[in-house]
Amino acid sequence: MSSATLPTVADVDVAVIGGGPSGLAAATALKEAGVKKVLVLDREPEAGGIPRHCGHPPFGLREFKRVLKGPEYAARLVAQALDAGVEIRPSNSVTAALPDGLLTVATPEGVGQIKARRVVYATGVRETPRSARLVSGARVQGVVNTGALQSLVYLQGRRPFKRPVIIGSELVSFSALMTCRHAGIRPVAMIEAGPSATARWPSAVFPRLLGVSLRTNTKLLKIEGTGKVERVLVTGPNGQEDSIECDGVILTGLFTPEAALARRGHLEVDASTGGLRVDQWGRCSDPAYFATGNVLRAVETAGKSWAEGRLSGQWVAQDLEGRLPEVSAPLSISIDDRRIKYAMPHLICPTDDPRDESGMSEIQLRLTERVSGTLIAKTSAGPIWQRSINSRPERRVAIPIAEIVAQAGGENITFGIKERHK
Amino acid sequence: MSLSAELFDVAVIGAGVVGCAVARRFTLQGAKVAIIEKASDILDGASKANSAILHTGFDAPQGSLELDCIRAGYREYEDIRGELGLPQEKSGAAVVAWTAEEMDQLEGITAHAHQNGIGDVSIIGQKALRKAEPNLSQNALGAVWVPQESIIDPWSAPYVYLRQALENGAQAFLSCNVTGGAFDGQNWQLETSAGTLRANVVINCAGLYGDHVNKDVLGETSFEIIPRKGQFVVFDKAASALLNSVILPVPTEKTKGIVLFRTVFGNLVVGPTAEDQQSRSDASTDAETLKALRADAVKKVPALADMPITAVYAGLRPASERKEYRIDADTGNNWITVGGIRSTGLSASLGIAQHVYGLYESMGAVHEPLESPVVPRANTLSEIGKRDWQCEGHGEIICHCELVTRREIEAALQGPLAARSLGGLKRQTRVTMGQCQGFYCSARLAELTEGKFVLPLAEEFADV
Repeated sequence: MSSATLPTVADVDVAVIGGGPSGLAAATALKEAGVKKVLVLDREPEAGGIPRHCGHPPFGLREFKRVLKGPEYAARLVAQALDAGVEIRPSNSVTAALPDGLLTVATPEGVGQIKARRVVYATGVRETPRSARLVSGARVQGVVNTGALQSLVYLQGRRPFKRPVIIGSELVSFSALMTCRHAGIRPVAMIEAGPSATARWPSAVFPRLLGVSLRTNTKLLKIEGTGKVERVLVTGPNGQEDSIECDGVILTGLFTPEAALARRGHLEVDASTGGLRVDQWGRCSDPAYFATGNVLRAVETAGKSWAEGRLSGQWVAQDLEGRLPEVSAPLSISIDDRRIKYAMPHLICPTDDPRDESGMSEIQLRLTERVSGTLIAKTSAGPIWQRSINSRPERRVAIPIAEIVAQAGGENITFGIKERHK
Repeated sequence: MSLSAELFDVAVIGAGVVGCAVARRFTLQGAKVAIIEKASDILDGASKANSAILHTGFDAPQGSLELDCIRAGYREYEDIRGELGLPQEKSGAAVVAWTAEEMDQLEGITAHAHQNGIGDVSIIGQKALRKAEPNLSQNALGAVWVPQESIIDPWSAPYVYLRQALENGAQAFLSCNVTGGAFDGQNWQLETSAGTLRANVVINCAGLYGDHVNKDVLGETSFEIIPRKGQFVVFDKAASALLNSVILPVPTEKTKGIVLFRTVFGNLVVGPTAEDQQSRSDASTDAETLKALRADAVKKVPALADMPITAVYAGLRPASERKEYRIDADTGNNWITVGGIRSTGLSASLGIAQHVYGLYESMGAVHEPLESPVVPRANTLSEIGKRDWQCEGHGEIICHCELVTRREIEAALQGPLAARSLGGLKRQTRVTMGQCQGFYCSARLAELTEGKFVLPLAEEFADV
């Protein structure tokens, strides 16, 4: 086993880390904007990201004006990027992202370095695994996230169990249900801690259609079994404990940005999103780095991530031409209420020209619980903006940046909530 | 049915860290060794979860066998780690006082360490402690500084100990549960779930089941195992930059207490708890306990509040009803019991093996030490050495979080100690032990381990 004869330092205009929808869209947009050397580094053997293993519709409505299954959609995104002249390097793992766009990359041939004028982080999201959820019980086989289940089922034709419980009722939980159906897996129950399904559709009706009962106000207490899952203990709506016989547990959702690389490096990570700290162009604390898509926050659909990636590509192209404003006197955006999970972007650089439409047009917020009340933005001078809000967790709340900044007087902005009087 | 036609000099029952070290020592001394393990993979009992620290023995009971074994084990580890390719980072440890009462105990801890022969242990004040550990809470008042405490790889070490034994003639019998046996005045015939095996001397290193083995085979036991569970929480790799050394609390009567330690794999861990229990197999975790552990860590290192949790685990320590090792030789029965290795097994294992070989010699055994034994190289899984992903020809990176290559996985699935469970594969490669816990690589892993595991990760399905 000899040491590789690298490092060779390759110079590129832009290196995109991650070849999922947002990364491929950014790279494609960069090429379309005339940027010469654009490289996508993907650690998997094939680019395409999460949709690669979502073997069911609906994908592609926004991008290709038709309904596709995940793998077809991923293949189209890859083909589109290649057509535009993007170079895609699969099986390339970025192991360190250093100041000024210097990347260390592990490949099957050895370790090399790439120097990029700009780097776009597009590493996406993953679900929170059992460990980080601090679930009680035995360490047994058969506890998986939806992502792992999908790759097993759609990429390998394998199933890890036959009668699991599904924990959660986000959109992805229904994707887990469809995945089970494809593999002849019959979930015994779908369990949701909240009072109703988190996802907007297909609501409580859908699992019942597939013969799976949705149990709301029910919490997972403990996983039991020897070697493999044998049952889960749950507490129901009235606090009563119940045991459900099953041979697996699918832990769905609770997405978190895949920011491990950034966390180990020099870029600032925002504690509330768990993703990179950026301004309205997705520019990171090192201006050689940008971020786009779900690594900014959990979680949006592939289509939305793709759209964000397109915009990011355009902004990075502008930056390479020196057309993005420098970071100066930025306002910080923060939150001051535990019911608000995060606000993104975290910094806004006021631009001289109010007609400048470059950059994100909205601040994205999400809630930790169902809220009915008034969302208030304030500065040290007091409230500057408010709007009534009636929303649930895991749904995007969008605030027009222009509206807020116009009132802020150059001051930092904090979001809070005033509950409606009952 | 007989497992082997051969008559072995010794049969070691249990392939935990102690059994592996004993098998190595006896083999190097020239004995013909069989090691018998009931699980499909080695290190599957107490040895699968520990604090991965090589202790100096500064706080071990004075004049105890445990102290002697820890000190001898530490010395031998330093002697052999170069040739076996084992990591050691002398991070040092700080026994931190958080209250005035604890401050009062630091002098006693230091004096105890000096009496134990650890002369470089000293008290450091608040200022020096803050300089050494700037991320520690400002409430830390002072500490006993133990410069030689080290962090090591808790699995690659015993694996290479046993591999050295096997490559020099020892034989391993895995998935073999010892159920009984008979001694004819000369030799033992052991009954196992897979057949019988003959040996001159039996060495019981059965850890959590040590008392059961004595009772089932020898017919009597002089001690009782009272399993002590320890739960741990592993933080994201970024957290490891927050500490330099091992942070120990001032110990209590019962336990060394909850430790904050970095691992050679680049993680930061808090634990263990100390929970006495009846079950010898129930290493389940408990959400409330894990939250309390996390809170304890955040109290000591406030910056951990923003750090995600990567993993949680629990282990069982084979404590006995007495706070000491229970090692004795029953000369009349050609039987040596190595029991009650309650919490320092990793540090002491090589020293225990030396001691046990001494007991064996005092039974009258004579062998010729191997002149030029085969010296295998351990897997390099720590961040200290050059990992496989940094070398060409590794195939591909399968586990992205821990950067585990296909070549490493394929190697771990071969040979006499081939992984036959996910747990075994994890200990040999670290696969799925990172922050995603298998989100990305489970499917590839199911494919690569097809037909290899006793309990498969997944099964193929017909299209429905």
